[in-house]
Amino acid sequence: MYYLGIDVGSTTSKAVVINEKKEIMAKEILIAGIGTDGAERVYQKILEQIPAEQIAKITATGYGRKLFAKADTEISELSCHAKGVFHTFPETRTIIDIGGQDAKVLLLNDKGRMVNFVMNDKCAAGTGRFLDVMANILHLQIGDLQEEYFKSTMPITISNTCTVFAESEVISQLANGKDKADVIAGICISVANRVASLAKRVGIKEKVCMSGGVARNQGVRDAMAKKLEMDILFSPDAQYMGALGAAIYSLEEME
Amino acid sequence: MAEEVKKDVKPEKKPIDPNSSKYKLGKIIQDHYREVAEAKERGEKIGWCASNFPQEIFQTLGVKVCYPENQAAAIAARGAGEKMCDIAESDGYSNDICAYARISLAYMKIKDAPEQNMPQPDFLLCCNNICNCMIKWYESISKELNIPLILIDIPFNPDYEVSDAQLAYVKGQFLDAIKQLEEITGKKWDDKKFEEIMAISNRTSRAWLEATSYTKYHPSPLNGFDLLNHMAVAVCARGTVEAAEAFETLVEEYKENVKTGNSTFRGEEKHRIMFEGIACWPHLRVTATGLKSRGMNMVATIYADAFGLLYDNFDELIKCYCNVPNAVSLEKARDNRIKIIEKTDPKGLLVHTNRSCKLWSSFMYEMSRQIGEATDIPVVSFDGDQADPRNFSEAQYDTRVQGLFEIMEENKREAVQ
Repeated sequence: MYYLGIDVGSTTSKAVVINEKKEIMAKEILIAGIGTDGAERVYQKILEQIPAEQIAKITATGYGRKLFAKADTEISELSCHAKGVFHTFPETRTIIDIGGQDAKVLLLNDKGRMVNFVMNDKCAAGTGRFLDVMANILHLQIGDLQEEYFKSTMPITISNTCTVFAESEVISQLANGKDKADVIAGICISVANRVASLAKRVGIKEKVCMSGGVARNQGVRDAMAKKLEMDILFSPDAQYMGALGAAIYSLEEME
Repeated sequence: MAEEVKKDVKPEKKPIDPNSSKYKLGKIIQDHYREVAEAKERGEKIGWCASNFPQEIFQTLGVKVCYPENQAAAIAARGAGEKMCDIAESDGYSNDICAYARISLAYMKIKDAPEQNMPQPDFLLCCNNICNCMIKWYESISKELNIPLILIDIPFNPDYEVSDAQLAYVKGQFLDAIKQLEEITGKKWDDKKFEEIMAISNRTSRAWLEATSYTKYHPSPLNGFDLLNHMAVAVCARGTVEAAEAFETLVEEYKENVKTGNSTFRGEEKHRIMFEGIACWPHLRVTATGLKSRGMNMVATIYADAFGLLYDNFDELIKCYCNVPNAVSLEKARDNRIKIIEKTDPKGLLVHTNRSCKLWSSFMYEMSRQIGEATDIPVVSFDGDQADPRNFSEAQYDTRVQGLFEIMEENKREAVQ
């Protein structure tokens, strides 16, 4: 049998299917989060690969977890990220997860159990939304930011934490003739600094792993590693960690 | 043939037992507003008063006051917080300042809020032991309405104990406030009456603190959120025999609940938490349901006990007002909370980061970290506001509470194994 986890986030919906050995058998992602049919569509895409009758249990997570009616159970994305990351990197003790509209830092014990967490305040600064807005005004795809980051020689300083004010700050820096790569590096550093402060508040324990969509940005990862002065663990499946954790919960609850 | 006329028959509400605390406490609040209104109609001078202004002064003088903080909480809980905040903001008050202040300033202007009306003031009694924003808030009202403001300045105390110098500083102001109020109202101070009021206030405080202490039982005989409602009586009627009797009745009811295993917390008490901060009044139902639906009972809060002041003499009375929770250092505030945790045994701490209350929220990150470390319980915070509904996100709240619940479930499971 197979076990499904669906993570309905603020901007994307992710699904992961595992087998009894906790191996990933299928995964899907759609840029359509809460308030859309993203969860249903990502589920249908999974069914194209795994027949519904072979899925023993479905666990939903993410902000839209309560709205996906096909789920057998729902668990917070906090516990699911802890579960997914610890399965992938058992040496992890601190998880920095930056999603579309929130950032969270989780502390794990040596059994992989979440023992405390802290989340960003109501402001979306330091989240994926901040990077989206910045990429938009620079006429770049979000995936292009990291390439530009590494071209920078003198990153600018973004002094505003508010996304709206930072937007006009970036525009004025560009208008003043600053190099695009330096502006982008400043943006990535700004995100890393803000979330690093959050991480320091809960108390960082090594090893640190980054998960969530923003972790895929190597520029932010690099800036975070420099700010925290430590290596950061990262999986190419960073964005699927919540869904993977949910799938593992599906399996464990059947056991 | 005429059709039978069907009438919607609403089930009759069961009358509240007049001997119950619910009836007595509700009546005190009703009487409180009525008595101030009647005094105003008789031509007496009435005041608006800060929640932790020494109530012994006006109770002794027989002067009636009402409380803008209680009014703002009631207006916010009944859904008009945003409307009132909008009015104040349109007049130029920043949305960064306290929402109680904004609601009160709006009420001063429009003079009508069906959610909770009260008479307009002839004087103001301000004490900044609860917050400093209050001084500017009351000064604005004083200037706008051209009425006198009596201020007792009790500065934030960075030391652990109240010094002799602070005691003398506050005592001098206390005595001066009496003179000022005598002049404004034409009423005369009576030392004997003062002794009586101090005795009644102590009786009320003792009963109130005894009632709040009942959360120490497993399961607790009460839903801790009840205390946040009853607290209004501790604020506005501490110096009255009626309040003392009502809280004594409350204690009897809790005692009976302990004996019979009943509780005002509906459902099984699976988890016990401490709640830090003022209630999120505009979203009270959502915040309470998020906990109740997961069997999480609030058994500890510093806020309720803040209005139970015990003293044996005048100096101790002054010290009590210097030691209210918002006027003390981080170390003392932390230790006070740890003592409550040791008594009531919560297994998690939920912190309301209250955008209205900079004083309370700003050192909360560090204080709650220290509390978490000292007591080994998980600490989770959420953004909200005591009266401005715009500073709260239900989805964010729910995720944080669920996260806390999941940690507490695991901790409990591990402890059993």
